[in-house]
Amino acid sequence: MKELIILQGIKKIYDLGKNRVEVLKGIDLSVNQGEFVAIMGPSGSGKSTLLNIIGCLDRPTEGRYLFEGNDVSNKSNDELAEIRNRKIGFVFQSFNLLPGMSAVKNVELPLLYSGVSGPERRALALEMLQRVGLSHRAEHKPPEMSGGEQQRVAIARALVNNPLVILADEPTGNLDSRSGTEIMEIFKHLHQEGTTIVLVTHERAVAGYAERVITIKDGVCMDGCF
Amino acid sequence: MDVFEILKVSFDSLKANKLRSFLTMLGVIIGVAAVILLVSIGEGARRYIRTELGGLGTNILIVVPGKTAKEGGTHMGTSSVRKLVYDDAVLIKKRSVHVQYAVPVIVGTSWVKYRNKNRDTYIVGVTEDYFPARNLSIESGRALGSNDVETKRRVCILGRTVKRDLFGDVNPLGATIKIGDERYRVIGIMQKKGVTLGYDLDDVVFIPTPVAMDLFDTDALFNITVKARGEQSIDAAKRDIRKLLIHRHAGREDFTILSQDEMLDVMGKVLNIMTAVLAGIAAISLIVGGIGIMNIMLVSVRERTKEIGIRKAVGAKNRDILFQFLVESTVVSVTGGAGGILLGVSVGMAIPLFVKFLPTSIAWWSVVLAFFFSALVGIFFGVYPARKAALYDPIVALRHE
Repeated sequence: MKELIILQGIKKIYDLGKNRVEVLKGIDLSVNQGEFVAIMGPSGSGKSTLLNIIGCLDRPTEGRYLFEGNDVSNKSNDELAEIRNRKIGFVFQSFNLLPGMSAVKNVELPLLYSGVSGPERRALALEMLQRVGLSHRAEHKPPEMSGGEQQRVAIARALVNNPLVILADEPTGNLDSRSGTEIMEIFKHLHQEGTTIVLVTHERAVAGYAERVITIKDGVCMDGCF
Repeated sequence: MDVFEILKVSFDSLKANKLRSFLTMLGVIIGVAAVILLVSIGEGARRYIRTELGGLGTNILIVVPGKTAKEGGTHMGTSSVRKLVYDDAVLIKKRSVHVQYAVPVIVGTSWVKYRNKNRDTYIVGVTEDYFPARNLSIESGRALGSNDVETKRRVCILGRTVKRDLFGDVNPLGATIKIGDERYRVIGIMQKKGVTLGYDLDDVVFIPTPVAMDLFDTDALFNITVKARGEQSIDAAKRDIRKLLIHRHAGREDFTILSQDEMLDVMGKVLNIMTAVLAGIAAISLIVGGIGIMNIMLVSVRERTKEIGIRKAVGAKNRDILFQFLVESTVVSVTGGAGGILLGVSVGMAIPLFVKFLPTSIAWWSVVLAFFFSALVGIFFGVYPARKAALYDPIVALRHE
């Protein structure tokens, strides 16, 4: 199987004046295409930082990161934005939708930055909303929706540009257990369709959906890194 | 990047904070309106003076005693200045082929009396040529004739204000009024001229110059009003007059010849400076408006840090964010600019309806200039906040609550 993500000796160090905080202490990790990986660990273990680095939102202080075989460590901000836009879909714990825009407009957002024309944007966005079962809520704004619905809008947004990988940071963290299960069923379904998924969680039940579980503690990989 | 979508986003964000957006725009609205308004007042004054001086009659030269700097306008009254006399005017007309009329003018004030009514007014001594030279029309009766002047007849022509005050509705033609101690017969009534440059041109009585010389016991003229034969003869006429008068004044040029163009030039210079100063002051208020935009855009960028983070997370490049906020500040300033044009133009047009002495004339160049300047202000003062927004670190921005 082809390796989509390869991390080699990834370190992340925050220099806060006198305090040097080493959040990641050298992570080696690879994720294959089509894989469903869960990253587990207690809070403060550095798992979210790791996910942000994988998602090209953050840069490692040291180490090499190969995405699709290309080294992204020294790419410009704009090149990273382009990768986030076209190849990565983010799902956040707090949904991170724009509250003033309708669901469909929120889903359109990544397409806006990849130069897709207006009507096409809308059509694609509506298609994605249908995939997550929210066609009937397309014109509603996030504050009018339940947490589960909002997270489904966020998943539709993550999917709309047909990315290579979906990165989810505690996607069920702000949801009740029923909505959480619904969301995980969607991920499971996406995985069965061949989507690569990397998910950060501290819940065993959520991690149970994944094929492989990586455990991180104090910035060091304890288990599952290969 | 979809420009329409960005415009829509900008308008949505402005609509979300209606009052704030309006107050921000108000700075620009006032600035643009002020530029248009103040320039229109300057322009109005210019036009007003042009028509008023034009009312002097075309191809007019005015010879006044004393050598003055052009900008000064009045003579300094030094003792070495020789006065202009009646014969100067007569000779100017006689000697220069380029001169059509040369009128010796004397101006003074005196009490004018008719029965029990009286009025202190301007008495202007002129010759028969004065009326055609200055394009003055007689409403009823007749103008001065050469006989009146040569034989020093005590006749007079009344301005409208004097006629109204002394006679009311009574026909004054043929009546006798008293000017000073002498009696004068009324032979004509002037057509209404209105208020010009601040004083009433109708508050005047014309009498023959020789009579006025007796009345005021002087032979010093107020000026000699000359009309050249045509536009081409103005310079030649000027040359002739200078040569003649220098010769008559023992080789000294102790007089000044003013042409209408020169007067317009001087006035124009003054008005240009005035208009520039007014526009400059107004432009400062536009800049203050721009600072208001910058201020509110900085607040807006801070408030929407999370939004910036989200947009960046889904792939917005720095320039996308920069563009979005730049469009927003430009929309504020351009909308404000349009509002300012509306306000400035309508107030500029309304002013003359309410304030009679303040003529305005909308200068369309100032409208265009103010509008572009306001757009420029929006872009200029929008760059810093927009750059700040564009350079946010996506992770930090996303964490912002």
